[in-house]
Amino acid sequence: MKELSLNILDVAENSVKAGASLTQILLTEKDNVLTIEIVDDGCGMDEDVVRSVTDPFYTTRTTRKVGMGIPLLKLACEQTEGQLTIESTTIEEDPTAHGTHVTATFNMDHIDFMPLGDVSSSVLTLIQGHPDTDFLFRHEKDGQVVELDTRQLREVLEDVPLNSYDVLEWIREYLREQYEALS
Amino acid sequence: MKSLAELQAIKNRMKDKVILRDGMEGIRVVVGMATCGIAAGARPVLNAFVEGVNKEDLEDKVSVTQTGCIGICQYEPVVEVFEAGKEKITYVKMTPEKAQEVVEKHLKGGQVISEYTIGAVSA
Repeated sequence: MKELSLNILDVAENSVKAGASLTQILLTEKDNVLTIEIVDDGCGMDEDVVRSVTDPFYTTRTTRKVGMGIPLLKLACEQTEGQLTIESTTIEEDPTAHGTHVTATFNMDHIDFMPLGDVSSSVLTLIQGHPDTDFLFRHEKDGQVVELDTRQLREVLEDVPLNSYDVLEWIREYLREQYEALS
Repeated sequence: MKSLAELQAIKNRMKDKVILRDGMEGIRVVVGMATCGIAAGARPVLNAFVEGVNKEDLEDKVSVTQTGCIGICQYEPVVEVFEAGKEKITYVKMTPEKAQEVVEKHLKGGQVISEYTIGAVSA
């Protein structure tokens, strides 16, 4: 991966595959520490699975026996002396409050810190591919915030799909304007 | 600034338009978007298809969707084109530039670009 936004896209795809109705992508930059959180209300993983997802030789897919998504994110944060944690509750453990919470921290002034890259593009890719699930994106940068909540857009759009071209372009501009407004 | 009122206007404009969804007749372009595809550059390829299909006014004929890993990671970014009654076409090692060409020649013009397909490209 060349930029962290691609890791974010990859790990958020797991949330959608876990049946999440809402996937939250929360970025916080403060005092040169970047925290990336991906929080979903999907089916969750039991303890054994949580332990094994950081192992590249664990995967849920059937086409081959390696899964690199979480290991690559773990590598990216650990090489900046940050860390990765995963908390998860399965639907069997708690039928009302289940899901997975991935947290990765990065020291942004570390020489091995990979640039965050184009996060807006990752958010757009997620919405394009999964127009029927919701995403909350929030990027807080030294107290200022860029935010997008597809639930709000869905209320306005009703049955017009979120991945209609004009809607995607609106979202692209909406995020771009918010990023430009950051000082 | 972009406002929700503007989104409302988009909605009013779109609500009577028929949008091609999965399962309908037409051409389906599927971009591999697992770890392997993403790492190899699938995000800008997908974007180029979405842009191109809109630019060439093919939205009522072509849908662009995503899938996971199909098992040929060394050929990523991989794009499959499905069309009813025709054989599946698998484009490999795609770039945004190649995607634009596929939109113009294949999706619009009906001509498969053989040199970008899996049979013609080596891993």
